Amino acid sequence: MRLPFKITFWKVVLVIIWILGIIAAVIRFTKGLGASTNLSDQFPWGLWIGFDILCGVGLAAGGFTIAAIIYVFHIKRFYPILRPTILTAFLGYLLVIFALLFDLGQPWRIWHLLIYWNPHSVLFEVGWCVMLYTTVLALEFSPIIFESLGWGTPKKWVGKVIIPLVIAGVILSTLHQSSLGSLYLIMPEKLYPFWYSSIIPFLFFLSAVAVGCAMVIFESHLSYRAFGHRLRMDLLADLGRVMLVTLVVYAILKIQDFSGRGVWSNIFINRSETYLFWLEAIIGIIAPIVLLAIKRVRLSERGLYYASIFTIAGFLLNRLNIAVTGMEASAGVSYFPSWMEISITLAIVATGFFVFSLAVRYLPIFEHAESDSKPAKTITNSKEVPIIKSR
Amino acid sequence: MTKPKALLIDVTKCIGCMACYYACKEANKLPETEKVEEDLSATNYTVVKETDGVFYRKLCMHCNEPTCASVCPVKAFEKTPEGPVIYHDKKCIGCRYCIQACPFDVPAYEWKSNKPLVKKCTMCAQRQKEGKITACAEACPTGATYFGDREELLAEARKRIQENPGQYINHIYGEKEVGGTSVLIISSIPFEKFGFRADLIEKPLSDLTWEIMSKIPNYVVVSGVFLYGIYWIINRRMELSEYNKSKNRDSSEDKN
Ligand code: SF4
Ligand code: SF4
Repeated sequence: MRLPFKITFWKVVLVIIWILGIIAAVIRFTKGLGASTNLSDQFPWGLWIGFDILCGVGLAAGGFTIAAIIYVFHIKRFYPILRPTILTAFLGYLLVIFALLFDLGQPWRIWHLLIYWNPHSVLFEVGWCVMLYTTVLALEFSPIIFESLGWGTPKKWVGKVIIPLVIAGVILSTLHQSSLGSLYLIMPEKLYPFWYSSIIPFLFFLSAVAVGCAMVIFESHLSYRAFGHRLRMDLLADLGRVMLVTLVVYAILKIQDFSGRGVWSNIFINRSETYLFWLEAIIGIIAPIVLLAIKRVRLSERGLYYASIFTIAGFLLNRLNIAVTGMEASAGVSYFPSWMEISITLAIVATGFFVFSLAVRYLPIFEHAESDSKPAKTITNSKEVPIIKSR
Repeated sequence: MTKPKALLIDVTKCIGCMACYYACKEANKLPETEKVEEDLSATNYTVVKETDGVFYRKLCMHCNEPTCASVCPVKAFEKTPEGPVIYHDKKCIGCRYCIQACPFDVPAYEWKSNKPLVKKCTMCAQRQKEGKITACAEACPTGATYFGDREELLAEARKRIQENPGQYINHIYGEKEVGGTSVLIISSIPFEKFGFRADLIEKPLSDLTWEIMSKIPNYVVVSGVFLYGIYWIINRRMELSEYNKSKNRDSSEDKN
């Protein structure tokens, strides 16, 4: 409202992206995958798996991290960022599933996962975890809807099962975040040695935790700029510490892994994988570790913001390196997504932003946070005291 | 019990006549193309190619522990006891993990179709049921592609290698690769020259994922208990400290 010009500009961009996306979608579903993508028998997984799925799921990892911090570890002061994080995660998973419908050759058969089981397949496990975790997220999100509708009773019901729900969410998340990496365990002869590793599930999990925190910081900054919501630097700086620790552990594991497999000799070979690997290591690991390790930077709005952007960019590069770059040599072909693949991906991302901003505007996501810290406390007090007295 | 069948391909006997290629097209009712297809595809399950004057074939290896069957989330691939790895097209959701994961780059997708399926050699499973041998082996005029019991063919391959040391390299491709396959190849030149992967491990590739996957049930139980334990311990402590606080408050109020 305040800046009608800017809003119009973004609206125009959004509409253009959507139009392109819809055209691409029509081609995808009338002419098939061959006509709409640059995929082939040599390169069967491209941008949609690499970005929409591998990156999408990772970027939504803040949901289980924050939920665990608040409910399992009882660090209640993080409560103000719970709702925006759950919103992002829920939205993220819905979009991932939506994106999958474009990539699957026969999306109308997606329910086959429910009836034909193959417990040996990593993809089977990922599918089930994503399905169940999206349900968990829907339930974790539901109180926000109930609240805005003024339905007290169902909100209370969810409150009663929130602990088991959050624990289930954490287990499901650790499983599928790491399993997205395990998808590649079976291809030792295909994935380039910088990325193939028997510890790839652990690396995927750690990087998901780091990027989950980075996304929370990033979003908080965006909504601070767009809507003027208060920036909780005290909380975000703590997330910065979680990120730092996670990234350091990640770096150590990666170094050990390189030594164990004797990959060091490869790191100066003149090939595109080397450059992309270095780019990934520098912006995704080294830069954020350096930034976050300096206390002054970590505690500054700007420093933390940049550290989170580096982490996110490095993460995206890592997943795309694994899904695309690292596969090209063994596939013997080079792959670059078609405009239709790109348009559909962009349209999905744009939809994410759009729905997020609508939700923030019409649902008690942030307002709740600001007026909340007191009621939350009185509730816990009134609950705890009787329990003790009744003994 | 049926003994597992196999194909023995002896590239030294192959004359490049393409009889197997055409027989395969006919048996599987695949469309004839104007030009000979150079690659495996959704309309072509085998190729005959030449390197350094040696003719060789490429087709699905019908692995004993197929990677494709292991990765498929809906179990669309199945290794039959008779040898063929068959595809249940009604189950397939089109995730293409099989194409991505197959170490021999075999499965192909119907990219042009709107209801695409995965396509590959069936080792003539249907013909075998009718008591016939594969169309390619039947068509081969020199016995370069030969159909039989896997055990017997392995013995035969070993015999040929031993009896003609100059003529063959000492390696039966498919005897041990990724846990063994139902297509066995012997050759006069190294298999890398045909573009076959020489770096394949000897245990099934599915073992690599199973090492992790098999731990999942354990993980779920242990971490469930662990996380609930953390919740419970911290919760209890906080209750106690609240309780102590309020007690202190009470007693100090009493004094007043
Ligand atoms: S060669 Fe590939 S497609 Fe054929 S059985 Fe083995 S893994 Fe499956
Ligand atoms: S494409 Fe079909 S057959 Fe291949 S792994 Fe996916 S569901 Fe299974």
